[in-house]
Amino acid sequence: MTASVADPACDFTVAAVENVSRHYGRRRALSRVSVTCRTGSVLGLFGPNGSGKSTLLGILSTLVQPSTGRVLYGDRNADDWGDTLRSRIGVLGHDLFLYADLTARENLTFFAHLHGVPDVAATVTRGLAHARLSDRGDDRVGTFSRGLRQRLALERALIHLPRLLLLDEPFTGLDDASAALLVERLRQIRAAGAIIVMATHDFDLAEGLTDDALCLANGRVIPMARDGGTLRQRYRAAVAQATS
Amino acid sequence: MSVLRAAWLIARKDLQVEVRSRELIYTTLFFALACVLVFSFAFIKEGKQPVDNAAAGIFWVAIAFSGTLALGRTFERERQSETLRALLLAPIERSAVYLGKLIGLLLLMALIELLLVPLIALLFRAPVARAPWLLAGLMAAGTVGFAAIGTLFAAMLVRAQSRDVLLPVLLYPLTMPLIIGGVQGTAAIFAVEPDWGTAELCLTMLVSFDAVFVTLALWTFAPVMRD
Amino acid sequence: MTAGRRLVPVLLVVSAAMFAAAPFIIDTAPYESTMGLVQRIFYFHVPNAILMMLASSACGVASLVYLMRRRQSADFVALALAELVVVLGVIVLITGPIWARKAWGVWWDWEPRLTSTLIMWMVFSAYLLLRRFGGAGSEVMAAAVGLFGAVLSPFVYWSVNMWRTLHPKTSVLPNMVAAIATGDVESGSTMAGPLIWCFVAFTLFYIAVILLRVRLESTRATLERAVLLLED
Repeated sequence: MTASVADPACDFTVAAVENVSRHYGRRRALSRVSVTCRTGSVLGLFGPNGSGKSTLLGILSTLVQPSTGRVLYGDRNADDWGDTLRSRIGVLGHDLFLYADLTARENLTFFAHLHGVPDVAATVTRGLAHARLSDRGDDRVGTFSRGLRQRLALERALIHLPRLLLLDEPFTGLDDASAALLVERLRQIRAAGAIIVMATHDFDLAEGLTDDALCLANGRVIPMARDGGTLRQRYRAAVAQATS
Repeated sequence: MSVLRAAWLIARKDLQVEVRSRELIYTTLFFALACVLVFSFAFIKEGKQPVDNAAAGIFWVAIAFSGTLALGRTFERERQSETLRALLLAPIERSAVYLGKLIGLLLLMALIELLLVPLIALLFRAPVARAPWLLAGLMAAGTVGFAAIGTLFAAMLVRAQSRDVLLPVLLYPLTMPLIIGGVQGTAAIFAVEPDWGTAELCLTMLVSFDAVFVTLALWTFAPVMRD
Repeated sequence: MTAGRRLVPVLLVVSAAMFAAAPFIIDTAPYESTMGLVQRIFYFHVPNAILMMLASSACGVASLVYLMRRRQSADFVALALAELVVVLGVIVLITGPIWARKAWGVWWDWEPRLTSTLIMWMVFSAYLLLRRFGGAGSEVMAAAVGLFGAVLSPFVYWSVNMWRTLHPKTSVLPNMVAAIATGDVESGSTMAGPLIWCFVAFTLFYIAVILLRVRLESTRATLERAVLLLED
């Protein structure tokens, strides 16, 4: 991650959410959540559907404004950093941010240009190789299966070598081999100094990957034991305790 | 990256998508043609001259209706895979996203109008060649204003419920001065005794409208797209 | 808020007193012979039309403040004003045709001011439709409509006037405008005094209405915050 394309003046090693709440009208999506994510680590976000994981990722991505509380990237908030902050953030959303009518190569090329990546052609070729789509680079994304799109979407999110990588259900639609490769890829990215925040329901894959875990239910952080049993067991215990 | 370069990248991407699918150009053109026909049945009578201003009116109604269709569809494309969020996540100024979508839409609408003009000339014996530059100016100014307001509201409605009905509900009242100016200016050119003064006054109004609302929309886009 | 609380009853009482006195004051104005009694609707129609224009501009300003600062209070003011614009629009669009019926013998004659009012009424009705059906976050979008609507109004008047001046104009209104300014020579009274009286009465009344509406909206917001806190 050291050879990022972004403005070198804009970088950070910690992303911190402080006492953040977000409500949509009367519905509350997040309530007083605080968490700190550090460089070279993977934070796992767990929780039932509708517990606020995607909202938290949205807030970290700067697209969603918190109703109260603040988010710091390094020692500054998003407004202080300005537009360049987004060159340090990569997002793999639940919706994949890909144009179905464009080919895989065109998709990557477009986003590489938009992020101001220097050697676009080489970067795109490398990205396609990482996604193991080199031979299908000139096919329309609309013809891809969910798994192939998922792989491409990850490379799209990584095209500008972001410092903060936000992943919403990255294992959706991946077969075992692809999932294992994704885990391996994320380990490399973590080793290179990225801050990774990942929402997932796949405890087996998350088990060996996450350094930290945050469990949400109804928009609130619920306590989860640090050790004692597998991730799945600890999560079940936490949710059972919170809802009882 | 400069705003203009980023805007061009986005507009070029839209064109690329359109060249690949050709969905918008075919459907919108067909719709514009259908509009012209529907209104023709109302305004043309056997053995009589078309109603005064009918050609100008039908022309602008077709532009506004097919423009709305194109607007809705372009942003539906950006919604399908949430790509509008991806554009907003790029490290470019927000106004560049707006400008890019606006340029893409303008190119598409220009193409539709290029085909509408000969159609109007043919079906209504409208003297489109009488003052080509003035007519082109009216069309350009009217389209820029319509697309400028339309792009802003279609972009923000991407997140809204019942966006399909709300787009025309918001767009038509807000672009009423453009339609009035466009129709009056065009009618003045097409009239048996052309009224150049009125046509030029309409053009002045449309250009001032564009200057005010393009500036305003460029400024409003960033705050409106903040969730 | 406390200042507003004391202000509202005062405004209501003063405007009520002014409304009660209005018929007597209007009676001092000269009797317009061609229009007869229907002309008196003018003292109702004109203040409401002017206030509608002012309220739409004010809604634009409040919307702009909301877009820039994201203060909830600015949004409440914008909402109250937009609702007022729509209500005033209905009043103007009902009293206008009553006037038109007597003056020109038709209910609707595409008179420039009335047509412009109709367009502005549509813009602010669209604002309310957006808030009603737009779902979460529609207040930000509505602010854009409020801002654009206010900036639009000169263009609406410009374009509609351009359109209508191509047609023959009626002369009752210009005569009336002259009458307001100069007054009736014989009786020595003018229409300006009663008109201003009615304008002030309506203004005070609507300010009270807006203050009440804003208070209702902020009470609702406080209640919602309290519910959210309670759930925490």
